[in-house]
Amino acid sequence: MAPAPDSPVLETRNLDKRFGGIVAANAISISIQRGARRALIGPNGAGKTTLVNLLTGVLRSSGGEILLDGEPITNLEPHERVRLGIARTFQINQLFADLTPIETLGLAISERHGSGRDWWRVVGSRPGITAEVGELLERFRLTDVMAERTATLPYGKQRLLEIAVAFACRPRVLLLDEPAAGVPGAERHEILGTIASLPADVTVLLIEHDMDIVFSFADRISVLVNGELFVEGPPDEVARDPRVKAVYLGEELHA
Amino acid sequence: MTRQIEVDVTRFLAARARFGPFEIAFWLTAFATIYFLPGRHLILTETAIWGLFALSLDLILGYAGIISLGHAAFFGVGAYAAGLLAKHEIIVEPTIALVVAGLAAAALGFATSFLVLRGSDLTRLMVTLGVSLVCYELANKFGEITGGADGLQGITMAPLLGVYRFDMFGHTAYVYTLVWLFVLFILARRVVNSPFGLSLKAIKGNPLRSAAVGIAVNWRLVAIYTLSAGYAGIAGGLLAQTQAFASLSVLSIERSADALLILIIGGTGYLYGGLIGALIYRLLQDYLSDLTARYWQFWIGLLLVAIVIVGRDRIGGWIYFVEMQVARLFRRSAQATSPDRGA
Repeated sequence: MAPAPDSPVLETRNLDKRFGGIVAANAISISIQRGARRALIGPNGAGKTTLVNLLTGVLRSSGGEILLDGEPITNLEPHERVRLGIARTFQINQLFADLTPIETLGLAISERHGSGRDWWRVVGSRPGITAEVGELLERFRLTDVMAERTATLPYGKQRLLEIAVAFACRPRVLLLDEPAAGVPGAERHEILGTIASLPADVTVLLIEHDMDIVFSFADRISVLVNGELFVEGPPDEVARDPRVKAVYLGEELHA
Repeated sequence: MTRQIEVDVTRFLAARARFGPFEIAFWLTAFATIYFLPGRHLILTETAIWGLFALSLDLILGYAGIISLGHAAFFGVGAYAAGLLAKHEIIVEPTIALVVAGLAAAALGFATSFLVLRGSDLTRLMVTLGVSLVCYELANKFGEITGGADGLQGITMAPLLGVYRFDMFGHTAYVYTLVWLFVLFILARRVVNSPFGLSLKAIKGNPLRSAAVGIAVNWRLVAIYTLSAGYAGIAGGLLAQTQAFASLSVLSIERSADALLILIIGGTGYLYGGLIGALIYRLLQDYLSDLTARYWQFWIGLLLVAIVIVGRDRIGGWIYFVEMQVARLFRRSAQATSPDRGA
């Protein structure tokens, strides 16, 4: 079943998440078009990361549905969702400290090819893998550190690798959870540059606090407050919205 | 430009799996002892079996990060399986019997692997310990099958491949054991250098991210746990076959602890740790028991504490250090003749 060209690639319907008595996500219905650059913003504790965890299967929803290209994925395991095309980065680096960037990317690509259970051949001996590792290293500017243990890389390079691993899964939807968090000036531009040049057919959902990044990147913004979808619209509309300004009162809005 | 990076990546990945000079020297030396140390074959056989057992533990501990204090369960099942097959002449040819013994242990490994999937290191320690205690008491209880506390006696080993008899000096037994060790080592080496092996290291490093690149974490752990149990079973089977005897001690906590001790002395996560550890352990045991007869374990204990405190993150790191120095020497002499480019 080929999805219609203008149908949403990722959609949630009345998605709920409760932790005991606390409502972390309340009837969230979001629809993201193919190739979109969507930003998800909201004050601390609004439920942004909860939503990402629900989308990727790290958390199970208490109610509602998640659809990828119209197919329900609500009850799938995280690794199954990755194979269907949802990849993510983490707000706090989740990398393989003892592996090199070459190995990390080779691993992700092998898994995508379904050769991760291959226990006989040497890593990278399947055709195409080394070429793709090389492309990714160049795209994410990791060539100079490709043979070093990840734990020894500068923080900015680790952040780039964090995005590169997710991208190596060749996702239909890429969820970026504060990709530039904690990265200082010059390296920050490097990260934003690579994000801006992601291929147009990859749908991106960006969670970000930094409004400069949000407004330069997103074609549409969803504002989450107290676990609910509060406002959604194009950047200029959201920026002018008095309710959004009110929510961010006390927080810095750099727009 | 892209072509150059591909060459570099390919070269890096190929180098990862290449046999180094250290490895070649190691195995040449090991096989040379068949001719040069004929008087030591009994002891060397036992050392090789310890090494194989510790290697089996390295597969789960060093690669997948599963700590076990009950690996003797699989060692013991393999030993009793091989012993019983020979005693009752069910499978007479030792090689085939040993494969079956390994499969029996692997089956137990598969069945119990689901218990170690979740939980902390402490949970895993207790679960593995519990499983081995259960096995020990079962072997004790069913004395009419296992011989109970007297051990499984009356085993007569048929000639190897129908040709080579097991002699009293242990020459046949040593060659037999060494060949098994080598073959299983090569197989383990393939496994850990494969995409599957890489995914194990990934899971050990970060299970959350592993799932986030599409790895079915639990099934990979089940697979390596089963393989590791099979290896342990073959090690146990080799002991029963080469000694024509199996006692309850093959299932004991001490046996599990010894494997862990040997592996940690030798270092985890590079496959040679178990083998080198077994050799060091053996030499220390000989040397220290000459020196202080009854108190040699005092020194082993002290050594263990020292290694873990000094090594900390990289247990057995001192071996890694020596290896790096040797590798650097080799590289320097290689660079003198052909300039290498890239990292």
